[in-house]
Amino acid sequence: MDFLQPATWAEALEAKAAAREAVPIAGGTDVMVAVNFGRLRPTTLIDLTRVPELQEWGLDDGAVRLGAGVPYARVITELGGRLPGLAMAARTIGSPQIRNRGTVGGNLATASPAGDAHPALLAAGAEVEVASVRGTRRIPVSEFYRGVKRSALADDELIAAVRIRPPAGPQQYSKIGTRNAMVIAVAAFGLALHPDRRAVGTGIGSAAPTPRRAPEAEEFLAGELDGLWESRGELPAATAGRFGELVAAAAAPIDDVRGTAAYRVHALSVMARRTLTWAWADYRKGDPTCA
Amino acid sequence: MRLSCSVNGTPREVDDVWEGESLLYVLRERMGLPGSKNACEQGECGSCTVYLDDVPVCACLVAAGQAQGREVGTVEGLAPAGELHPVQEAFLEAGAVQCGFCTPGLLVATDDLVARTRAEGRKPADAEIREALAGNLCRCTGYEKILDAVRLAADRMAGDAR
Ligand SMILES: Cc1cc2nc3c(=O)[nH]c(=O)nc-3n(C[C@H](O)[C@H](O)[C@H](O)COP(=O)(O)OP(=O)(O)OC[C@H]3O[C@@H](n4cnc5c(N)ncnc54)[C@H](O)[C@@H]3O)c2cc1C
Ligand code: FES
Ligand code: FES
Repeated sequence: MDFLQPATWAEALEAKAAAREAVPIAGGTDVMVAVNFGRLRPTTLIDLTRVPELQEWGLDDGAVRLGAGVPYARVITELGGRLPGLAMAARTIGSPQIRNRGTVGGNLATASPAGDAHPALLAAGAEVEVASVRGTRRIPVSEFYRGVKRSALADDELIAAVRIRPPAGPQQYSKIGTRNAMVIAVAAFGLALHPDRRAVGTGIGSAAPTPRRAPEAEEFLAGELDGLWESRGELPAATAGRFGELVAAAAAPIDDVRGTAAYRVHALSVMARRTLTWAWADYRKGDPTCA
Repeated sequence: MRLSCSVNGTPREVDDVWEGESLLYVLRERMGLPGSKNACEQGECGSCTVYLDDVPVCACLVAAGQAQGREVGTVEGLAPAGELHPVQEAFLEAGAVQCGFCTPGLLVATDDLVARTRAEGRKPADAEIREALAGNLCRCTGYEKILDAVRLAADRMAGDAR
């Protein structure tokens, strides 16, 4: 096995282009589990932890550009205000040790339907910036997931960053598991209200072959909120209930060891209703100049 | 491959490290530091918790080469040989150790928590202790005595600081 330690982004991209079967490793919280259990025997590991660009975040063109290698612990401590939905999701991931190492880039490349970053990124309308020696492209996160643990990443590409616009309104994240720490989601839901665009963002986790949005629920709610954005009036309970039903209807879950399909559908409707109720309450309290 | 890194403040160098090997394996099997325990090799139990550049991580999930040139701190390095760190003393006194398999990881996680809160001039709240130790499983104690030990360590170390 080769172990490559590129010191620059250009070197990393060249290494990946030269050995397309090579496996990148960032926090190692997915890769090393597979290696330890003999499920993965890569010919080459490319350690990305020495590439400085991947460990940074910054503001670029009005968006937060979050380097693929920034661990969750830093998303929580440094970006709680700028990326509230993602930070909430990050707080639910694994344990402190896992959050100290695990990265959003690793979560994206693994592309597990249960990955916790995905619903938050979908709701926020994030873009994934990927690169190769051929150049850089941006993929809307909703087009990034291509099947169970499959993504739009080509075999010579690496994830450079995710780009997320700062929130114009409240964001929420809700996850169901068997305990409060160290659980893979049985089902999860991310919500973002975008008062600036009069739009609603959603993300469903662990309840379909890929993370996915609930477009009908988004459109329904945006329609119902027409007029309410300005008045910041009360949200009818029936609206929240219907939103929950439409979110649940967008899922396509299976029965597995963590839960049944029926439970997941039910849990999603409850999480969608609750997160909307919390988010709307926040919005009503909010400073009107923010919107 | 050859791996050079600092372990508990001492430069170490080992040869013939397999590229897919974990830092945990290197510490236990190649460096003769069996304090960090191997219980799950999948990040679930925390018994392999070590500092990597001052950040607590599961050594079983760090590829050996990722530690190249870095500072590793293990349970063996908490106190000088033959002495006990206040966190270790607190675990003994509170009866927080039964079989002891989880203890090294809990000691490192507790040391990190208490050092952080102490630097802020305060003691950790109970919820904070639970959160900080959420990645460390114990099959014996039922955790109550572990929580007692953390509170005891935090009290004593706050006393030191005064
Ligand atoms: C105990 C435990 C608990 C966990 N709990 C959760 C949880 O609650 N929620 C959750 O979502 N996940 C959880 N995970 C899974 C894992 O921590 C996450 O998926 C994490 O985001 C992976 O990031 P990483 O940096 O460790 O990835 P790595 O393991 O380093 O890599 C993961 C994948 O991404 C690829 N990769 C990494 N970086 C890049 C890049 N820049 N470009 C291209 N490919 C790249 C790797 O080749 C690999 O295929 C848990 C894992 C463990 C061990
Ligand atoms: S052995 Fe590393 S977490 Fe269990
Ligand atoms: S004392 Fe036995 S596992 Fe904790």
